[in-house]
Amino acid sequence: MNQHNPTASQVQSFHPRAREALQNDQLRGNFRRAMDGLMGKRKAAFEGWDLESLRTLGAAVRQRALARLPDLLEQLESQLTSNGIQVHWATDADEACRIIRDICVAREARTVIKGKSMVSEEMELNHYLEAEGIEALESDLGEYIVQMAEQTPSHIIMPAIHMNTDEISELLHRKTGTDRSHDVNYLTASARQQLREKFMNADVGVSGVNFAVAETGTLCLVENEGNGRMTTTVPPCHIAVTGIEKVVPSLADVAPLLALLTRSATGQHLTTYFNMISRPRQPGEPDGPEAVHLVLVDNGRSGIYQDDELIDTLRCIRCGACMNHCPVYTRVGGHVYGTTYPGPIGSILMPHLLGLDETRHMPTASSLCGACGEVCPVKIPIPDLLVRLRRESVDGDSVHPGVVKGHGVKRGRWESLAWRGWQWMHANPGLYRTGTRMAARFRALQPASAGAWTRVRTAPRLAPKTLHQLMKQRADSNSSDNGGSR
Amino acid sequence: MTSREDILQRLRNRRDGELPMPELDYGSMTGRDWSAAQKLDLFQAMIETVHGEVHRATDEEWLDTLAGILKQRQARNLLTPLKHPIGAEIRASGHPDLPELLSYGEPVEHWQRELFNDVDAAITSTRGAIAETGSLILWPGIDEPRLMSLVPPIHIAVLEADQIFATFLEAMELQRWSAGMPTNALLISGPSKTADIEQTLAYGVHGPKELIVIVRQ
Amino acid sequence: MTTDAIRLYPGKPEKVYFFGTCLVDLFYPGAGLAGIQLLEREGIQVLFPQDQTCCGQPAYTSGYYDEARAVAAAQLGLFKEDWPIVVPSGSCGGMMRKHYPDLFRDTPQSDRAKEVAGRVWELTDFLLNVCHVHLEDVGEPVTVAMHTSCSARREMGIAEVGPRLLQQLGNVTLVEQVRPEECCGFGGTFAVRHPEISAAMVGDKVQALADTGAREFVTTDCGCLMNINGHTEKAGQGIAGQHIASFLWERVSGQGGKS
Repeated sequence: MNQHNPTASQVQSFHPRAREALQNDQLRGNFRRAMDGLMGKRKAAFEGWDLESLRTLGAAVRQRALARLPDLLEQLESQLTSNGIQVHWATDADEACRIIRDICVAREARTVIKGKSMVSEEMELNHYLEAEGIEALESDLGEYIVQMAEQTPSHIIMPAIHMNTDEISELLHRKTGTDRSHDVNYLTASARQQLREKFMNADVGVSGVNFAVAETGTLCLVENEGNGRMTTTVPPCHIAVTGIEKVVPSLADVAPLLALLTRSATGQHLTTYFNMISRPRQPGEPDGPEAVHLVLVDNGRSGIYQDDELIDTLRCIRCGACMNHCPVYTRVGGHVYGTTYPGPIGSILMPHLLGLDETRHMPTASSLCGACGEVCPVKIPIPDLLVRLRRESVDGDSVHPGVVKGHGVKRGRWESLAWRGWQWMHANPGLYRTGTRMAARFRALQPASAGAWTRVRTAPRLAPKTLHQLMKQRADSNSSDNGGSR
Repeated sequence: MTSREDILQRLRNRRDGELPMPELDYGSMTGRDWSAAQKLDLFQAMIETVHGEVHRATDEEWLDTLAGILKQRQARNLLTPLKHPIGAEIRASGHPDLPELLSYGEPVEHWQRELFNDVDAAITSTRGAIAETGSLILWPGIDEPRLMSLVPPIHIAVLEADQIFATFLEAMELQRWSAGMPTNALLISGPSKTADIEQTLAYGVHGPKELIVIVRQ
Repeated sequence: MTTDAIRLYPGKPEKVYFFGTCLVDLFYPGAGLAGIQLLEREGIQVLFPQDQTCCGQPAYTSGYYDEARAVAAAQLGLFKEDWPIVVPSGSCGGMMRKHYPDLFRDTPQSDRAKEVAGRVWELTDFLLNVCHVHLEDVGEPVTVAMHTSCSARREMGIAEVGPRLLQQLGNVTLVEQVRPEECCGFGGTFAVRHPEISAAMVGDKVQALADTGAREFVTTDCGCLMNINGHTEKAGQGIAGQHIASFLWERVSGQGGKS
């Protein structure tokens, strides 16, 4: 068995990476342009919709599915099984990788072609399979580029969004011999040719799942390129892999989620393909895989499920709108976070998958501006969850003790002492008034430099008199005039 | 304990207890009272915004339309369904401008390379369309296998004008999808595309470069 | 952080409590005074409890709930009568209105916190939608840009309020920045924990404001004001801001209300 530990990822040193990204004008430009475009497209796609009602419906659909999650998973399993699709359960990433490896080994499979799947990124499946001598090739163009560059996706919907045409052209030239070109059509056509060979020769196709429908046993996939359809149709075996939270009760539940997903993600009314798979190839059908498997992956999700607040994280339909609208993500891009899922959704999800000790920077990497929560198609209260995780990080609440893996990891003696002091000052009005009055009186002694703040700003200047003093003076002069109000 | 039992047990013994079941209000997704003509116009407008091409034709003229489309593109051949009436009509027509006619008569394994490399165009029927999103509904199967609408560079789809639904939700309800799903059901909205290289649209990345709809009125 | 689906505004009261906020108290008392004068101009008696300090938000958003709760609890007792509580800040107003119920959940003060939260109003929202103010502009013609704080926009749901008040002013031309809804990068302790990212954000915000051509901007929140003004001053970008209350009071009273 190979050594496989997705938690030992590159999680450290958020700050140096952020600094580097901020200094990279190319990268910042790439993200700014892309995010501006995506925000505009999303807005246009919802024109004429009662978006608030649609989001409320989307949230309710997800909440109802989660409320019945264990029953729905069993129903899904029994429906899929009777449709001829084999269902597997994995408690963690390692087990999920092992299941897929075992299916490949039983089929003597040497090559796996992959459709886009964030869960498989979370599992680091490609590395696992390669260590077992099985080639795993990404077929989504963005993923293909990222894999070739030996990087990870910087966005969950647009994996190669951090690169520009020049960089991609150079990469394709170096790795595949494609002529250097600025013609995106040419670059795309050349990838089409290379990947078609791979599809024809692949032994197994691995895909993700956007929604799994319990009542009919249907796996739904959303995509534009057609690589998802290729992956799930051409190789003789298709393995779908998904988080346990993706199940919905019925086909009717799919409609609002689909309407929200594609518009929120890329501003499309619908993606080019919506692919619904319910069976392996049936007798007489001339194409399609003879075997279809579904791997249901927990990997921390059942832990999130336990908590009334945190469970909202599991509503996510992976549209990426929170990233597109996040001013922090827009400035630094996805790689800075160092995790499979970056941006706001990553910051509320990854701490559960890796523990707060490994992800301590994530809940703080937000100005809590609320843009993410405002655009979330299923109304996940992302800012509130960020604050919740900050609380968990410092074990800051004796009424609601921490429950998340690694809670309390950021509780430092000096910082807690500072907040104690702050509390002492602000919970004692007399002390507060005296302190602020003194500060105002001796404001000339205020230092002009205040650490990081004054690197790009002047220091805020204390007023000569506090509002408390001004109001006290007013009240005093009023009462001496006419005995009036306070 | 198996992983299955382990996961299900954790979900069933939830620490914070029962979860609420909020009401569902589908009001924002229903009430599209469009006439047949409005639905056709909207369908066409929507699929054209995503690079789909639409030709309207009567039952009498549709074969001419088809032949014209193929001739203009210098298609060397056309993959047709074996049993569906559109396949039969095409073969029976003996239209002089039609290219060589192919059929998906055997399992893909027997002719995969030819399918991938030598077929220029394929024609399929549809189970209708969705006006709101400009989408075609396909249920591929024995007669019109899954790769027909995916592998050849040109996909021509025949849509009956009276089979356009307002929304996906309406289509699923009226066609009673929940009573039984096929091996594969598809919504197709335009040709295959990608924006993965610097947000620039390129067509035909894995599937067809062109999607042409013939609406029969 | 969702906004109320429907906000039910009370009738115009005889008295209100004014919660000045700690930033206003120390750095922008003029803005607080201007807000009080705008309320008094509407015939409302303004009560300023001298025992007020801070809403508790800095500790709350840093995760220090115990400390935040202790400070917030000290404020809960200040508003004994049933008058509305007016706050010249979307951020502190949002803390009190939206987050007090969460902060005091499962504690003995839970009901009291909810009751107080329900009476909290942001100043400009209160002026426009409760007082129905009519502002008569006595100032010279001027062009201003506006930056609505994220908390005013998203937590309190009052993005339209500031512009509507400014539009009442006959000699004021309001110009819009690009990406008006984008955060200025303050975010309380965020500016300290992630100074480089915060600096990039405020740099872009200042550029957007300067690009409007206006020399002045107004904002609903002193956090944004401190952040943006601090940056324009350092960079010498020639645009300066003030709290919207100061600006409004200056326009209707003819008195310079700069804080």
